[in-house]
Amino acid sequence: MSAAGPVLEVRDVHTAYGLSRVLFGVSLEVRAGECVCLLGRNGVGKTTTIRSIMGLTPPSAGRVVWKGTDITGWPPHRVARAGIGFVPEDRRIFADLTVWENLDVAVRAARAGGGGFSIERVFDLFPKLAELTARQGGFLSGGEQQMLTIARTLMGNPELLLLDEPSEGLAPLVVDHLREQVARLRREGLTILLAEQNVEFSLELADRVYVLEKGAIRFSGPAGRLRDDEALRHELLAL
Amino acid sequence: MPDPTFLFAQSLSGLTAAMFLFLIASGLSLIFGVLGVLNFAHGSFYMLGAYVAYQLVQVLGRDPAAFWWAALGAACAIAVLGGLVERLLLRHLYAKDVLYQLLFTYALILVLSDAAKVVWGTGQLSIARPPELAGATRVLGTLVPHYELFVLLLGPAIALGFWLLLHRTRAGRFVRAAALDREMLGALGVNVSRLYTSVFVLGSFLAGLGGALIAPAKAIVPGMDVEIIVEAFIVVVIGGLGSFWGTFLGAVIYGQVLSFGILIFPRFSIFSVFALMAVVLILRPWGLLGRPLKT
Repeated sequence: MSAAGPVLEVRDVHTAYGLSRVLFGVSLEVRAGECVCLLGRNGVGKTTTIRSIMGLTPPSAGRVVWKGTDITGWPPHRVARAGIGFVPEDRRIFADLTVWENLDVAVRAARAGGGGFSIERVFDLFPKLAELTARQGGFLSGGEQQMLTIARTLMGNPELLLLDEPSEGLAPLVVDHLREQVARLRREGLTILLAEQNVEFSLELADRVYVLEKGAIRFSGPAGRLRDDEALRHELLAL
Repeated sequence: MPDPTFLFAQSLSGLTAAMFLFLIASGLSLIFGVLGVLNFAHGSFYMLGAYVAYQLVQVLGRDPAAFWWAALGAACAIAVLGGLVERLLLRHLYAKDVLYQLLFTYALILVLSDAAKVVWGTGQLSIARPPELAGATRVLGTLVPHYELFVLLLGPAIALGFWLLLHRTRAGRFVRAAALDREMLGALGVNVSRLYTSVFVLGSFLAGLGGALIAPAKAIVPGMDVEIIVEAFIVVVIGGLGSFWGTFLGAVIYGQVLSFGILIFPRFSIFSVFALMAVVLILRPWGLLGRPLKT
């Protein structure tokens, strides 16, 4: 594998929930150190793409290749151990566990190429969490929960972070703060695949963009192109 | 006003019954809370624990610690049996409708109960109390067998140990997290299917231990499996299925209601417990310390 080659390749993935088909041949690539954004409206298959990569909803056809290894059909815990961190859209904090316990269950020993995250480093990134260690996850605000869910996934020392709609349902000020944290993670070398509806949020973070529509890739290109071309943005996302 | 000594004796015997029930119901409740499986065969594991302990006592014979080795051996044997059942059979049913799991564990009751009859017959068997606990002490005017005192102390000790395991160890945090969201826990790199097996093994161990420990206090008979599973269900329904302290509270309440209900309705003592369960189900369908199911 060359240094510039993709770490994650999704090749022609088809995924269905029972009889309802959601993805119709999605292909995408993420290179090491990149922040790639998967844009699209509700229900186009962003979450399903992420779940297919993670093994939570295994694809019915197509391949998911991680650092040259075919991980299609692996159970989620093996995918996680291989270095892919999943931050779910609905946060899914363990409500009865304290903030510290939520972080502790996700701790995995650092792996070569991983970020070397520890509870201290995560608290440095999200200082608010350090004040709340003994609080139960269910009693956190939406913004605090979003920080905790990212922090929790970082405890597993992933090389690639799958972020599913992190800005959803958060107040504008909180979204700004979150964007800074994600930007910082990126600068520190983490590879990120971001699924978002919030175009502003994602275009500021992303290097490259894929636009999903009806379960297939409609557009792919550098984020700059969408940023600068309002007509294209309007055409693709009807904004 | 009845004699206070008598009341004390009644409540003590109710408490003893409660400690045994807690041993069984806590495993049942744990397995339901984490795996989402109502294991009807939990009572069969308890019964087999008693039979295996009996067998081991026969084998060990005159060894002064025979009973203790037998109890430990029986609990371990049942833990292994539980592990095999989960790994080889039950796990294929998780993805299926709950009805399949109920039918499977119900079928297991029938199979295990017939198997026990084939091996140990249908007569009553019994184990002698361990020699160090054969005596009795007078407490507040009541003669209390030492074995009963031992059970009264063991119950809270196991409850405390269990609680510490769930709340003060990493394995316990995994178990609590799996009960809340197993898919998320798996996506964080935890092998949830192995965790399920461990939980099932632990629950089975407690069932086997309960069976072995009750053997010196009660006769070992076919049918004890169904009797205990009904009681354990009432306990977890009262306390709240999946709630740890709820199970403890449910067991204590059950024991007291049963032992005092006998005084009021001597021939229908079980009636008072069912009445209590009905009241709890009407007022708090999720049990005293349980939580309403999320919809």
